[in-house]
Amino acid sequence: MTREILLIEDERNIIEAISFILSRDGWTVRTHSNGTDAAEKVRSLRPDVVILDVMLPGRSGYDILRELRGEPAFADLPILMLTARGQARDREMAESAGVSAYMTKPFSNSEMLDAVRALAPVP
Amino acid sequence: MTTLNALVAVCLSYVFFLFVVAFVAERRAAAGRIRWLRSPIVYTLSLSIYCTAWTFYGAVGSAVRNGLEYVAIYVGPSLVMLGWFWVVRKLVRIGRSQRVTSIADLVSARYGKSNTLAVFVTILAVAGVTPYIALQLQSVTLSFEVFGADLAGGRFDRPHTATALWVAVGLALFTVIFGTRNLDANERHHGVVMAIAVEAVVKLVALLSVGVFVVWGLSGGVTETLARIDASELGTWNVAGGRWAGITFLSAAAFLCLPRIFQVLVVEAADESHLRTASWAFPAYLMLMSLFVVPIAVVGLDLLPAGSNPDLFVLTVPLSQGQEGLAVLSFLGGFSSATSMVIVAAIALSTMVSNHIVMPIWLRLTGGGASVSGDVRHIVLTARRLSIAGVVMLGYLYYAFSGGGAALATIGLVAFAGMAQVLPAMLGGIFWRGATRTGALAGLSVGFALWLYTLFLPSLGPGVLPVAMLDEGPLGLAFLRPQALFGIDGLDPLLHAIFWSMSLNAGAFFVGSVLSFPTPLERLQGAQFVNVFQHSPGPRSWAGRVAQTEDLMVMAQRILGATEAMALFRREARAQGARGDLPEPTPQFLERLERELAGSVGAATAHAMIGQIVGGMSVSVEDLMAVADESAQLMEYSARLEAQSTELSRTARQLRDANLKLTRLSVQKDAFLSQISHELRTPMTSIRAFSEILRDSGRLDAGERMRFASIIHDEAVRLTRLLDDLLDLSVLENGKVSLDIRAARLSEVIDRAVAAADAGAEDGALTIRRDRSDEDVTIVTDLDRLAQVFINLVSNARKYCEASAPALTIRVLTESDRVLVDFIDNGEGIGPEARDTIFEKFSRVAEQKAGGAGLGLAICRQIMARLGGDISYLPGQGGAAFRVEIAEASAMAAQ
Repeated sequence: MTREILLIEDERNIIEAISFILSRDGWTVRTHSNGTDAAEKVRSLRPDVVILDVMLPGRSGYDILRELRGEPAFADLPILMLTARGQARDREMAESAGVSAYMTKPFSNSEMLDAVRALAPVP
Repeated sequence: MTTLNALVAVCLSYVFFLFVVAFVAERRAAAGRIRWLRSPIVYTLSLSIYCTAWTFYGAVGSAVRNGLEYVAIYVGPSLVMLGWFWVVRKLVRIGRSQRVTSIADLVSARYGKSNTLAVFVTILAVAGVTPYIALQLQSVTLSFEVFGADLAGGRFDRPHTATALWVAVGLALFTVIFGTRNLDANERHHGVVMAIAVEAVVKLVALLSVGVFVVWGLSGGVTETLARIDASELGTWNVAGGRWAGITFLSAAAFLCLPRIFQVLVVEAADESHLRTASWAFPAYLMLMSLFVVPIAVVGLDLLPAGSNPDLFVLTVPLSQGQEGLAVLSFLGGFSSATSMVIVAAIALSTMVSNHIVMPIWLRLTGGGASVSGDVRHIVLTARRLSIAGVVMLGYLYYAFSGGGAALATIGLVAFAGMAQVLPAMLGGIFWRGATRTGALAGLSVGFALWLYTLFLPSLGPGVLPVAMLDEGPLGLAFLRPQALFGIDGLDPLLHAIFWSMSLNAGAFFVGSVLSFPTPLERLQGAQFVNVFQHSPGPRSWAGRVAQTEDLMVMAQRILGATEAMALFRREARAQGARGDLPEPTPQFLERLERELAGSVGAATAHAMIGQIVGGMSVSVEDLMAVADESAQLMEYSARLEAQSTELSRTARQLRDANLKLTRLSVQKDAFLSQISHELRTPMTSIRAFSEILRDSGRLDAGERMRFASIIHDEAVRLTRLLDDLLDLSVLENGKVSLDIRAARLSEVIDRAVAAADAGAEDGALTIRRDRSDEDVTIVTDLDRLAQVFINLVSNARKYCEASAPALTIRVLTESDRVLVDFIDNGEGIGPEARDTIFEKFSRVAEQKAGGAGLGLAICRQIMARLGGDISYLPGQGGAAFRVEIAEASAMAAQ
């Protein structure tokens, strides 16, 4: 059974980099690049892990996170949040919104892999 | 003539003696040994200035002319001192508690410190007293001439005005020297009072000596004298009851109202308790003074040739008997009477004139009181000295011009009647709280006018009022005849004048008071005056010193707090060496306490409070006004505080606004930093990720390797561009930008911009529409900067125009003072909500697709501002439309 991961990110090059790294690690990577219908994408796709950027066109990652956490189906969904705004306040906001893990850009690839693996351990 | 010379010598010696007496008294007073000076006997004797030369000489003359009528002159004051003791005591108490300086001051203080009233009374006093002073000068001159004249002739038609002048100058000098040594009316004129007391003794001794000589020396004993009196026509003269009563009333009124009596009775009063002695001693003195009047008159009539001036019998009887020594003594008695009267009258009048007329005028001329402080004492003293000289000289002039012809007693009574006009206002003021300033003014005016009309002017003789007017009234109006007003005929002129002036005066005073409303200050003063005994406990009601100190303690505790008050009192008690915690209420202690209290409640209040408890001094109106002033200051202070608090709240609001602005700025700064962080971290993330992939992954194919490397390259370029933009914007916003101003065709600048934008573009889908003929305009500006703006706009259109066939129209409009360059694409345009923010830093229209940092338009706006033009969004053009405005100075029509 392949494990599916949904990457919600608007930067083309970052999408390509993360997709490359995760695919090589055996993940099926789906991508989505705007915030407006990101939550809908999660509902329809039901991925094993979500990687969510904060600054998305249309809607902020925090909003999407809060909406998903409000639904029982996604209360425990592992969500890794990425942000380019490296301030402490941003981390607090993410944590209060119910994030599973949080990473500041730029990150090292191994860090990213470790985080994703920790969120969805191999059964 | 040797007698006259000797007389002058005696006179000068006597004056010198008076100087010595006054001087010694002043010295003793200055040394603090005033117990002796403040004895009740001295006080009583000083009251004897009631007996002037008029009574000394004139009583005998009056007896000769009118029989026992002269007694009424003595009965009036005696009745006042004995029967109206309570009135006098009240006056003295008020005088002390209010620090009254003169009768004018008393009246003015009672009626709300009205200077109008003070001036009125002063003028009345000057008018009434000036003839009186003239009278004294005349009597001195006459008595001088008695010695120089042929006694057989006995007529003194040509008075020597030179003598009068010298006497006047001497008296003025004496008065100036001893009357203006100190300023405070409450500080007594010890020298003057002592000299007057001595003079009182001299005149009494002189008159008694003459009397004794007449009774025992000439008549041969009391029995013989009485027989002689019975035999003379004097005994048979019928005394008109009405006139007798009138004169008694008049002299009683005058005793209370005459400025000089008021001066010694009230102002110079050292101790209220002296009144007790004076109340019997003074009538006794008057009785002694009048004792031998009738014998002298009878003997004089017997001995001297018919037609001799009876006013000088006191002098001429001894002289005719060759008793020169006695005559000189008698002369000194008369001289004493005259001088003491002039001196005290001059002091009293000068105080009034300087306080109520000269000083107010001076203050007004020099611009008010606030700035006056140090030298005012000097000014007041000078004013007072000049006033003394002025008053005495006025008397002299009156004497010189009137010729001194009128009978002495007549002038005296006229003056009495004039001053008596103050009586209703004064008595009403101290006994009736309803009395008002208006009433007092009305009464005084009416009384003064009637006095002038019915008594004073007729008394001046036919030269002043035409005989026809006296007989038939003014303009033939009989009911207005000065001596038979309203048809009341047949009365004695004096009685007539007293009746009308006093009754109408009192009536006007009453009606005026009832019809008018007192001012608050009048009300206050009225209560102070009428209830003076409640307000100021007299010396007898002092409950003892310890009780007072305890009261002070209670008050001090209320104000200073228990601990501090106790500490203060204990400290003071220790300093005094007293046992226990309560110090003696010495002046030093009271002063210190007052200062302590003043620190808490203000000086005036502290003074008033201590005054209330210590007693003997009521709260003066100055004190109360000062309290009021303090309250006014407090109110002003609180108003200021209120203004300040308004100011403060405004400042606070401004601060709040500023803080809000700062917060907003700070939020903006945070947002800006956050944005920069985001813009920097995003390309870095790609760079790091791909460089790690390149480093760590050995199994990459060449295409992948190439692709990743070029992504890293592109992101590095993007980073560089971002940093360039940031620096550019920062310089444009804050730094000095050096502009490279040159002239060029607008079309060339647009060409450059389009070419540059095309060069950076990945695809050439954007169609650019231009009208080159419109672009044929020369502009003078920084061409590179303008091109930068154009490039930005073209690039934006290329990046963001989402039309299927994107097109950009560049339109040039040349106006008289500017050139407009519009960039209009055929996309969806920018929504109204975003239009306001597109020129802000990092502002990007939602759902943008290109990776711009959002600084482009911000930079454009800064550039255009620097170039003196503008860039704005142009709504209603179909697509996104920007208008660049190149200002007048930069644009020139191409020729």
